[in-house]
Amino acid sequence: MTLLSVRDLSVAIHGRPVLNRVSFDLAPGEVFGLVGESGSGKSMTALALMGLLPHGAEVGGQATLAGTGLIGLPERRMCGLRGREIGLIFQEPMTALNPMKTIGDQVAETLLIHGAASRGEALRVARQRLDRVGLAGERFPLERFPHELSGGQRQRVCIAMAIALRPKLLIADEPTTALDVTTQAQILDLLRGLVAEEGMGLMLITHDLAVVAGLATHVAVMQAGRIVEAGPTETVFRTRADAYTRALFAAAHHVPRRTPRIGSAPMLTVDRALRRYPLARRPFAPPRFFDAVKAVSLRLNKGESLGLVGESGSGKSTLARAVLGLDPLQGGAIRLFGEHPVGPRMPDTLRAGLQAVFQDPYGSFNPRWRVARLVAEPFHLLPAPPADAAERVSAALTDVGLRPEDGERFIHEFSGGQRQRIAIARALITRPEVIVLDEAVSALDVRVRAQILDLLCDLQDRHGLSYLFISHDLSVVRAITDRVLVMQAGEIVEEGPTDRVLDAPEHPYTRDLVAATPKIPPGWMEDDDAA
Amino acid sequence: MRRGTRRRVGLWLGAVLAGTFVTMALLSFVWTPWPYAAMDIAQKLRPPSAAHWLGTDQFGRDVAAQLMVGARTSIAVAIVAVGIGMGAGVPLGLWAAATRGSWIDEVIQRGGDLVFAFPSLVIAILITSVFGPSAVNAILAIGIFNIPVFARVTRGGALSLWTLDYIRAARLAGKRGARISVEHILPNVANLLIVQGTIQFSLGILAEAGLSYVGLGAQPPTPSWGRMLADSQTLMGLAPQLALFPGLAIVLTVLGLNLLGDGLRDLMDPRLRRQA
Amino acid sequence: MPRYLLSRLGSLVLSLVVASVVIFVVVQVIPGDPATFMMGLNATPDTVEALRHSLGLTGPLPLRYLHWVGGMLTGDLGTSYTYRVPVAGLVLQRLQVSLPLTVYAMALSSLLAFPAGMLAAARRGRGADLAVMGATQLGIAVPNFWFAMLLVIVFALRLHWLPAGGFPGWGGGLWPGLRGLTLPAVALALPQAAILTRVMRSALIETLSQDFIRTARAKGLSQGQAVRRHGLRNALIPVLTILGLQFSFLLAGAIIIENVFYLPGLGRLIFQGITQRDLIVVQSVVMLLVAAVIVVNFAVELAYVLVDPRLRR
Repeated sequence: MTLLSVRDLSVAIHGRPVLNRVSFDLAPGEVFGLVGESGSGKSMTALALMGLLPHGAEVGGQATLAGTGLIGLPERRMCGLRGREIGLIFQEPMTALNPMKTIGDQVAETLLIHGAASRGEALRVARQRLDRVGLAGERFPLERFPHELSGGQRQRVCIAMAIALRPKLLIADEPTTALDVTTQAQILDLLRGLVAEEGMGLMLITHDLAVVAGLATHVAVMQAGRIVEAGPTETVFRTRADAYTRALFAAAHHVPRRTPRIGSAPMLTVDRALRRYPLARRPFAPPRFFDAVKAVSLRLNKGESLGLVGESGSGKSTLARAVLGLDPLQGGAIRLFGEHPVGPRMPDTLRAGLQAVFQDPYGSFNPRWRVARLVAEPFHLLPAPPADAAERVSAALTDVGLRPEDGERFIHEFSGGQRQRIAIARALITRPEVIVLDEAVSALDVRVRAQILDLLCDLQDRHGLSYLFISHDLSVVRAITDRVLVMQAGEIVEEGPTDRVLDAPEHPYTRDLVAATPKIPPGWMEDDDAA
Repeated sequence: MRRGTRRRVGLWLGAVLAGTFVTMALLSFVWTPWPYAAMDIAQKLRPPSAAHWLGTDQFGRDVAAQLMVGARTSIAVAIVAVGIGMGAGVPLGLWAAATRGSWIDEVIQRGGDLVFAFPSLVIAILITSVFGPSAVNAILAIGIFNIPVFARVTRGGALSLWTLDYIRAARLAGKRGARISVEHILPNVANLLIVQGTIQFSLGILAEAGLSYVGLGAQPPTPSWGRMLADSQTLMGLAPQLALFPGLAIVLTVLGLNLLGDGLRDLMDPRLRRQA
Repeated sequence: MPRYLLSRLGSLVLSLVVASVVIFVVVQVIPGDPATFMMGLNATPDTVEALRHSLGLTGPLPLRYLHWVGGMLTGDLGTSYTYRVPVAGLVLQRLQVSLPLTVYAMALSSLLAFPAGMLAAARRGRGADLAVMGATQLGIAVPNFWFAMLLVIVFALRLHWLPAGGFPGWGGGLWPGLRGLTLPAVALALPQAAILTRVMRSALIETLSQDFIRTARAKGLSQGQAVRRHGLRNALIPVLTILGLQFSFLLAGAIIIENVFYLPGLGRLIFQGITQRDLIVVQSVVMLLVAAVIVVNFAVELAYVLVDPRLRR
């Protein structure tokens, strides 16, 4: 029996096609995974089914939900279906809830708007549904406001809202992308349980192949508005008939070739570093503090890649800022090359030996400068600009796989991956020995990410660089680092060779972290592992 | 597409209107249809005619000539007032953003709040009550009020830029607050400042007109649109056209500047979004 | 009390203190000797000395400042030099014109702006939006005193519907008083309504692009329901801010309009104070206006707390 049947769904926005003859079926109790890179049209498919496309969109093709045609349905009838027959969960739980209304009211509204219950009855159902998604009444009364909840808790409220009327179809658009890995595991469990219990169909939209592998019974791979391959999840993962699917899956699993030559010279040493913030004072009360980094020690050797993993709020980014000498320490010390103290007042010549690449490929560059000037900015650290400055900029651009002519262009002319290459060129221009990579590949699509990881390893080999690689993503850390530190609540809880820590974690938190990380079952990608 | 065209129309209409009045003001230095101060009691309160395009006032002076020279006063007052506001407000805003959260930031912000608590008219009244009415004092009163406006706009724009990674990259390149503010922040808030500048320019023209109207602005014999309106008030029943032309001049100038400002913002906004 | 309110209360008091010092310095310190300033250059030393005494302008500056502030706190605003009566009485009398005028104008402006802003936001980019936005563009460009003159020419001089100026007082009942304030209120309200409409529209459009509106739509709310149930309250914060600013602007902006219509309000009082060099009146009335602005802004911040649960801690 088919619950949702989509045939030749096409969408054009202001004449520009974004979906091209998309077809698939979804049965009750089934999880259908829709995967693809950003811009592939995954979210557009969801919005088209819900009738929530932006203005100027033209839709063609058909979609039927339990016998009702969805495309071209009058808005008034569509309103009757949304929330009642189809529930929708979005990516960003922090902004998906109205900050001015209580969670109880927002969940109850789903029932009230469809006239399904009186107010008292709706609130009673809201209570039940919040209990079901794991927000028990004693800790989460209906009168709570969204700002009093964490991201994961808010996503639970969104789920309660979407399932309040027990819809036949639930569409989840990257429901866990904004969440930490342990929270992600809980939310995915919740969704899995709901599907089994209520017999609804779940359409799961995600960029993460491992999430799909663990949850979906069927999967479709999208590229540029088309479905290029579809079928039962295991079959698709094993056969990978389409060239794009092969490339995508290979990139997700990609491990760069490395030949680490690790020396014994200490490049960066952190000794019991303390980062303390004052909290807002109450009148007549003693001052209070929050320690974001508590007595952390680490050592990065010549030619080594050191991973630093942790969830949001673990203090890893705060530590990164201190290591870069951007923020002062309140205790302990950070030293470069074994002797020189690092801090906001460190001499410029020392700074030239320590550079960084940041996460956001869009916010990392002044949009008004040409690339050559952007790359040359760290020359400011030298007593005088080098005589061969232009040649060095060209060489740095060539080093990262761009052309010297690209220096004349502005940053908006480059893609996200190219921008990260430019950021690496800028970090290399003063010939530093230590580079801090702060979530440097987290914002990139898998195929681009694989290329950047290759580039980083290649540069390390050629220039003998030492990397401090900060990331929330265990698979990336595994691919590129020699040793790894696990950070939780401002402290390093476990440390050791990367393979040992990730394969046989000792600390309970590391174990949770590793267990929560979605994995593609080992047998599914065999031929790729061999390659 | 149609949307873009329509906005372009507003931009051009604004540019033409504002440009016309600037041209009028500049032209008045070398040519006016009549000497603007020349009285001719025999020709007083004439309706518009071929000789006097916009008629004459109660002393027989040519209204068109007065309007042209009045444009000069309005524009001069508004430009200098915007200059004062930008000259002091932009550095303060940059400084506050560079030291966000510190006591310097707090003092600059609270200082701005304080000026906002004095409506510009009250500042003008305070100044004129002590120093006497004059165009210079009108400029000061409007200019002082512009300072926190520009400081706030600059600080707001700068704050969001300070969170971006390219500022971190600049700090890694050994650059400090002042240099970063000039090299990275200022050029990227310039769009906001241009737009706010046209808005404050038009508000300045309105404020100057209001101050002159109540006698706190430019003093005779300097012609100004506000005072022409004040003079026409007693003659409203007799020669309503005298109240019409200076008012229309104000409305069209301010309208032009506002359209220009909106148009510029729309023109710059999408490009900003594409680049950032 | 939430920490947010405590900090706002602290800055309210601080603003009042700093404002009073600024006014005191501008009026009493910068001109040198206020008594000489008030009497003009031709006054004999004896008369200046007598005035100085009668106004309490003797003694060291800090003491005079404290005396002035202490008097303000107990309702004693000093004695007018020209009228020879307590300033407090004058102010009370004038407030009976200025305050109703301000409230009248704000009511008119809100009644006009709220529906217009909502309509424009709902019909964004379509005919109704363009018409409303065009009208507001014009409304912002029109100086209110000139608009007032046009109103007088049309409705008083030509049509004789409403008086051209003056104020009959509230003695004859509500209607004659309102009649006298109608043209001034309309003149004040229309340009303000234009600004308010634009703020209302952009605040609503901003809110409508938020994720939680999309969530509401996914629950089955129609676009209109989403706006009413989720959009309005979120759009209220910027609108409240502007309303607060407008109150103070109207109170002060009425100064000019009162001149057009010869209304005996606070604005006229200040003007007479300036032309007659009555510094005591100027000093006290300016301080009152500034205090009103500061207090209204504080009230707006209190209202934020009612609207936004995130500030209730």
